[in-house]
This record gives sequence, C-alpha cells and structure tokens, in this order.
Amino acid sequence: MTGLIAPGLLAVAEEAGSGTAGFPLLTSLVLLPLFGALAVALVPSVRTEVSRVVGITVAVATTVLAVVLALQFDTGEPGFQFVSQHQWIASLGISWKLGVDGISLWLVVLTAILFPLALAGPVVHHDEKSYTAWLLVLEAGCIGVFLALDLFLFFVFFEVVLVPMYFLIGGWGYEQRVYAALKFFLYTLAGSALMLVGMLALAFLNQRATGELTFDVERLAESQSITAAASRWIFLAFTVAFAVKVPLFPLHTWLPDAHTQAPTAGSVILAGVMLKLGTYGFVRFGLYLFPQAAVDLAPLLLTLATIGILYGAVVATVQRDLKRLIAYSSVAHLGFIVLGTFALTTQGLTGGVIQMVNHGISTGALFLLVGMIYERRHTREIGELNGLQKAAPVMAVVFTIIMLSSVGLPLLNGFVGEFMILLGTFVTRRWWAVAATAGVILSALYLLWAYQRVFHGTPTGENATMPDMTIRERVVMAPLVLLVIVLGVYPRPVLDRIEPSVDALLGHVEEKTGYRQPAVAAGGGGEERESPDPEPGPGGSPEGPEEEAAGEAGR
Amino acid sequence: MSGLLAQVGTDLVLPEVQYSVMMPWLVLVGGALILITLTSVIRLRPPAGSLAGFTVVFGLVSLVASGLLWNDVDDRGPSSAVGGAIVSDGFSVFFFVLVAVTVILAALLGDPYLRRERLDGPEYYALVMLSASGAMLMATANDLIVLFLGLEILSIALYVLAGFHSRRTESREAAMKYFVLGAFSSALFLYGIALVYGATGSTQLPEIAAFLADNVITANGVLLAGMALLLVGLGFKVAAVPFHTWTPDVYQGSPTPVTGFMAGAAKAGGFAGLLRIFFSTFDTLRLDWQPLVWGIAILTLVVGSVLAVVQNDIKRMLAYSSIAHAGYVLVGLQAANERGLSGALFYLLTYTFMIMGSFAVVLVVGRRGDAAHHLDDYRGLAGRRPLLALAFTVFLLAQAGIPLTSGFLAKFYVIGAAVESRSYALAIVAMLMSAVSGFFYLRVVVMMYMAPGDATDGATGGASDGGLAPDAGGRLTVPVAVGAAVVLTLAFTILVGTVLADPVFDFANRAVELF
Repeated sequence: MTGLIAPGLLAVAEEAGSGTAGFPLLTSLVLLPLFGALAVALVPSVRTEVSRVVGITVAVATTVLAVVLALQFDTGEPGFQFVSQHQWIASLGISWKLGVDGISLWLVVLTAILFPLALAGPVVHHDEKSYTAWLLVLEAGCIGVFLALDLFLFFVFFEVVLVPMYFLIGGWGYEQRVYAALKFFLYTLAGSALMLVGMLALAFLNQRATGELTFDVERLAESQSITAAASRWIFLAFTVAFAVKVPLFPLHTWLPDAHTQAPTAGSVILAGVMLKLGTYGFVRFGLYLFPQAAVDLAPLLLTLATIGILYGAVVATVQRDLKRLIAYSSVAHLGFIVLGTFALTTQGLTGGVIQMVNHGISTGALFLLVGMIYERRHTREIGELNGLQKAAPVMAVVFTIIMLSSVGLPLLNGFVGEFMILLGTFVTRRWWAVAATAGVILSALYLLWAYQRVFHGTPTGENATMPDMTIRERVVMAPLVLLVIVLGVYPRPVLDRIEPSVDALLGHVEEKTGYRQPAVAAGGGGEERESPDPEPGPGGSPEGPEEEAAGEAGR
Repeated sequence: MSGLLAQVGTDLVLPEVQYSVMMPWLVLVGGALILITLTSVIRLRPPAGSLAGFTVVFGLVSLVASGLLWNDVDDRGPSSAVGGAIVSDGFSVFFFVLVAVTVILAALLGDPYLRRERLDGPEYYALVMLSASGAMLMATANDLIVLFLGLEILSIALYVLAGFHSRRTESREAAMKYFVLGAFSSALFLYGIALVYGATGSTQLPEIAAFLADNVITANGVLLAGMALLLVGLGFKVAAVPFHTWTPDVYQGSPTPVTGFMAGAAKAGGFAGLLRIFFSTFDTLRLDWQPLVWGIAILTLVVGSVLAVVQNDIKRMLAYSSIAHAGYVLVGLQAANERGLSGALFYLLTYTFMIMGSFAVVLVVGRRGDAAHHLDDYRGLAGRRPLLALAFTVFLLAQAGIPLTSGFLAKFYVIGAAVESRSYALAIVAMLMSAVSGFFYLRVVVMMYMAPGDATDGATGGASDGGLAPDAGGRLTVPVAVGAAVVLTLAFTILVGTVLADPVFDFANRAVELF
C-alpha cells in the first residue's frame, strides 16, 4: 500500500517542477489519504485516540480538496480536466494518468464526503489505529479508481481496495465476519481475473492493429481498432468484473453477507462508494471502450438489471435483519443505475450517474443509522425493535427523511435520479422501464413497512429507554440530511456538470457505432442548455409525471 | 597460435578457457572450497556469524562479477566460450544475479537457523554455494552435457542439504525422497540427451538448432522422445505436474532455509535449462512442444492451486503454491514469444524474493525444532508480532498477485505474453487459479489477524522432535539476519511492484534481447 506513494510523489515532484499543470490536485487527492494512513500508522499504539483525530482531520482535508476540485471544475467542458500523466512502466505503455470529468467528479466528491462521516460516526471498540489507517487506505484507493485514466492503473486501484475492505470486514465485523470477508474478497478477485485477461487482450489486439502498446483509456477508446467479435468478448470479461462489484443478479450473493457482517463504516463505504466502482466501470470502460458491444449487449444487461431490481426488492421485503434489508435494497437500487446506463439515452445515463451519488448518500446514511440502533440495542432484528419513535424522536425524523429519499420521494434526492432513469429508459426500452417501475413501488413497500415496524407502535422493553442521537451523531448525520434535501430540490448545479460529459460519451457511442438515441431523450438536455432560464431542470421540469410517480411511490 | 598447434599436433583439442565469463560461479565454487579448507585447517571455533558473513561476501562478489559481466555482454553481445560448451549472454547473467541473491538470502536465513537448531558448521554454506554454482552452470550451459553437469552439481548438494537436519526424521525422509526421485529424473534427462544426440548428431545446443533448421526429419520419433524426456527431467526440477509428487514432502521436511533456497535456486536452474532448450534449441519444433507445455502448464496451475487449498501445514501449502507458480512460468514458456521469455525471467526473479521472504517468516514462526508449521501456529501472530505478520501478509498477497506488489506485475506480464500469443484459454485458467490461490493465502492472513490469539504464545503444533523442546520463553524472536532478509525481500517486493518496476522490466527485456 505504501508503495503507491512513491509513483505519486514522483508525479507531484514532476508537476511541481514543470510548473505547467499548477497544483496537482488529483494526485494529491489520492496521496493525501495515503499519507494520512501512514501518519496514523506511526501514532504510538498507546495513544489510539490521537489516531482517530489524525484520521478524521486528514479525511476532512481530503473533502476540502474535493470541494476545491468541484469549484474549479470547468462546467460545460465535456472532456477530462486536471489531467496529470506520468510514465510508469515504459515497456508496457503504462502511465500514472489521472483525470476527472463530469461523470467522475461527483463520485469523487461523494467519496470524499462519506469517508470522514464513516470515520467519525460509528463507535470503534478495539484497535482504532489500524481501523483508521485501513479506512484511509481505502479512501485513497476509491478515489484512485474514479480518477484513473489508464486501464492498468484503474485495475491496480480496483483490486487494491479489496485489501483494506477485507481487513475492515474481517477485523471489525460481526459474528460471520471472516466468512463474509473471504467471500467478498474471492468473489471480486475471480471477477477481476477475467477483466485482467480482457484488458491485456484489448491492449495487445490494439497494438497489433495500430502498432502502439498502450493502456491509455482515451487512446484505446479513440482507436477502436479491434474486431467486433473480439470487443464483444472483452466487453463480457469486463462485464463480469463490474457485475460482481455492482452487483448484478446473479452475481450478487456476496453482497448481503459482506454488508451485514461489515462494521458500520465498512457497510457505509461498501454501499456508498464501492458498489459504484462497478457501475462507474460500466460507464467509463464499458460504454467508452466498447461502444458497439455495449449497444449489442445492452438487452442482456438491461434484463439482468431489471431482474435485480425486482428480485432485490422482493427479497428485501422478507428480511428480518434490518441491515440485510438495506443490503438487498442496494441490489435493487444499483439495478436502476445499470438500467439507466444501458438505456443509452442522455436522460437515462445522466440519471444513472446522479443516482450513483444519491444512492451513496441515502444508503450510506441508512447504514449509519442502523449502526446507531445496533450500538444501543445490540440487535438488528426487526422483530425485536418497536416504537423507537417515542424514545428517539430525532433519530426517527432523520430516519424518515433518509428512508423517503431512498424510496424516491419527490423533492428528496432519490427521486431525481430514479425518475430520469425511468424516463430515459422508457424512450428506448419501454417494457424494461415498465417492469422496473414495479421496483419503485416495492421499494416503498419494504422500506415503509420496516420503518413502521421499527419506529411505530408502543415501545417495549429496552426499546422504551433507548437514548436518542448524541451530538456527535447529529453532527455526522446533518450533512447527509442536508445533501438529501438540497440535491432533491435543486440538483441543477450537479446535473449541469454531468450532462456535457454524458453527451460527449453518448456522442462517442453514436459516432463509433451508428446507434442513434431518440431525439426525445437527447433533446431535453440540448434545449435546456440553450435556454437562459435555469428553472426547468430535468429533475423539475416535467411536473405532471413527477406527481404521478410520487403518488405511485407513496402508495 | 597454441590452438593451431594443438589442432595440428595432437588428437585432443583443448579449448581456450575464458575465465572471465565464468567468474560469477567460479567465485562460488572457490568460496565453497576455501570455506571447507579453512575450517578443517583452523581448529578454532569460528566466531558466530562469520561463516554466514563469509558466504554473504562471496555472494556479493559473485553479484558484482555478474554485474561486470553484464556490462561486457551489454557492449559486445552474446558469445560462446570454452569451445562452445558455455555461452555468455544476457539470459545467463540474469540467472547469475538471481542465484547470487538466493545465496545471500540463504546465508542470512541459515545462520540463525543453524545456531538455533545446533547444527552450526561450514557444511551448509559450502553446499549452498556449490549448489548455486550448479544452478548458474545450468543457466550458462550451451551443451546438453554441461547442462547435465550443472543439474547434478545443483541436485547432489541439495540432496544433502535436504537432509541437513539429521535429527529430524522428516528431514532425513525428505533427503531420501528427493534423492531417489531426483536421481530418477536425472537418468531420464540423460536418456533424453542420448536420444537427442542420436537424432541430431550433437549435444551442443546451437548445433542441434542448426541441424533442425537445415533438415526436415520425417521420422522424428526419436527426436520427439528425446525432447519429451528432457522436458520430464527438467520438469521434475521445477516441480511441474505430473512430476511434482516429491515437492510437498521435500519442502515440508527440509530445513526451512533449505526449502527457501530450493524454491529459489533449484527452480531457477531448472527453468534456465528449460527455457534455453525450448526457446532457442527446439524453436523450430515449436508446434510439437507448445501443446505439450500447454497441457503441463494447465495441470500445474490447477493441481498446485487446488491442492494448496486443503493444506494445513504452511510449508506444504507453500510447496503446492510453488507448484502453481511454476505453472505461471510455464505460461510464459508456452507463449513462446519474447514477452513470454522475459515474463518468465521477471517472474522467477520476483518469485525468488517473495518465497525466500516467506520462508524467512516461516523460519521464525517454526521455532526451535523447526516443527511449528501448522496453520494454527500462526494464530494471532499479528497481535504478538505485528511487523512480522505484516511482512508475511505482503509476501502472501504478492504471491496471490495483488497489485502494488512485484507478484502482480509478474503475473500480469506472463499472462500478457499468453494473451499476446492468443493462448486465451490458458490465460483465463491462470487468472482463475490466481483467484483460487487467493483463498489459501488469505487463510493464513485470517489466522494471523482475525483468529483470536492463544494466550500462552507457546507452540501448539510443534510436537517436539528429536528431543528438542520449543523455546522455553515461547516468545518469538526475530534474529537480526532474518530481519535483514525480510527487509530486503520486502523492499524488493514492494518497490518492484511500484516505482522500480521499469528498471527490472528493462533488465529482463534486455536479457532476452541478448539471448
């Protein structure tokens, strides 16, 4: 892990030396948490409480960097920004190349926001030092995945994140932690095994065609030199790796175990950030590198996504364990994101990207809340909890808001993405969208039902005396609640930065394949960019359907 | 002038001997001889660590000689020497470097081990140096007979080393097993030489290659049989399936530093011969041997990885995993392209560091008696010896092929070679087996980090053997020399996995260019 620092440092030194690129923002975003992890590791074991403080400070500093990145981000510029490239392994054409565009920007920000909260929120019962260090290593890896523009570098980050997560689940998880950690690790390792072969095949076939051995994502995407059949196989190899991560039905079986057994922070990061490595992979590498294969195989992925939506929702409904319920709800929600991605429309894809962020916020917050309940009641069984509303009114309010956002209630963040996804999918893939809409209803069913059982009624036993949220917990939850509301009411700034990149990506797909998305789906974005009036955003403009969907969701 | 006279005047042609190209391994032979002579002449007990220090110095000298030779080869290209018996090229120098490193590491591991087990004496070091010179000779051999000589020098010293802990039954058993099966494989190898000689009329590799390039043998049964026997003989040394059956027992029974040395040097020597014979000599018969190697590679990968899963003894587990690693090197051989060859070299070099680092940890945890090798003995190691556990974790993850370690790059490179030569099935099997291997490496990590440590800290599995009780205090001590070996191998594993990847890749690539 410490090894990552060195190439990064070289990059910093070079960039500082050249003076052209200015402050190496992206490299710093990866390195800062890593240095933090080192600093934490160097804290003497007797002063573990210091390590926590150091860790949170570093994570907050990373958040500040991410916010600076978002502020300096050039809105309306579809390409990669802040690109930093340095040769790493010359003989294989591998470089340390980082860059950010509208698609990855918000995922980086999301990561940077969730980590300090995950660090500060839950109580850690032993060995805080290693725990904090692993979390920071994980943060560096996650940010790296979203920023990497070299296939090899991406793969490195993609695999490296497994190690800290493995230790977090195995070291600080619940009863079945070792089993869950191992299952998680091996599942993902097996998935990425195929991706590695695919990656190499892509690079070498491209070399055979163009004479240049490179793992540069932009170069590979531009050249499109490999045959359609080869690209289909390679796309499938990538798909397996991403489908495990997302997870898509039927490769999802690691998820309930890992989420349930992980410590709270682990679940927050797993659901909030790491599942997006898969969906982000589909967007950045699936669509970008293999447009033709993505267009051809979209029905397969749409079908799996729809099955995931329905299956996840149905299984979530019958869970007795609150954490497991949320885990299955993730299967359903991530299904929506894949659906939007492979609808191959501007609306669907934009919705997918923003839904990645929204799901991260809502589900991360839900896991934090469940962690708080567990800390107090030492159970996650829905059957043993009741009437918590009486004992913990503040928690009940926060839970309600977050839950409704997860359900997709208008004016909360979950609605924006889900609605755009369904709209975008409906244009090109009507029946898949119709089936997926049933998932929206089911999500309302299982979440509201769970809420009802846990918070309503007359509290019995320990439930009556459960303490409410502490100041620290309120501070941790406040930013998430705020984001849920702000993104629900006014998603415009976020969408404005996503859309140009999504348009560019779909333009790339259209250019390389001859596929054309219907004008209805693409037109929305184009018109709005011309209109000076910022009010009718894609999230807010179609008033009628919004109410319809809301009604549906609320029922 | 003298050469001319010799040709005219006598029947026996004495070739000119270029000592400079033989320096790296002559140094080791010399070191071994000096060591034995000195210690038998001087009756004083050598000061602690002096023998190991002596060996390390000779290893370093050999390393420096290799470096000088490298510059020479780099400037003037490959050349044959001693009447064409040996060849001095980048490939051989690469192995000189690799084997010299194993000598240094074996000395560092040997010293504390021998003292702990009360086996101190010069023999271990002399045998290590001799054995290493055999491995180097195999790498530089340009003639099947010389290759055989190297093989025997390597093996005979190793047979003795395997049984070095003579009070332990397992060690004696390992030596016996290794000897019987090793001698058997040597015989097969020799028979293979005879058949190849019969088919081509020469034992010199370039001449065989030239013969095969110029002639089309219609009934080539003898040649193919000879080639197959050579493959079997060397496949035995590198522990390829189905010639691997000795590996688990011998790895388990041999003294731990010897196991490490075996995994490093013997595998390197075997592969040096294998790669040279098949890449250069039998290059024209590629279509005949490629399917064979393909099958062996798949078998080796699958059997090694799958059987490692069920092992409860760490040394047996590492033995099976070493079989699997041989499979990855074979993937490079099967690719039969330049990238495959340099990938195989890179793999062997990085593997040597990983495995010797692993055995350094195993040595410490093994405790006095060298018997605490059950998985349970690693229970809670992270709590007692966090740095040792962390180092072991890195070595294990590197062997599993997790990025940011040299092990990942090695796998990446050989599998890249397989993909480049369109052996997709082999590449996929190799990667899937690497995922399987993740399971057994992680089992150890789980034991170290996630299993509750036993309060006693004493050995559990170490049923004391040969009257040796576990350390009285039960506390694991890491001797300085072992610590140094761990730091060295760890630094290599991490640095080559990240910043120093390029120079080492260049080294392997250049070695192949100068092949």
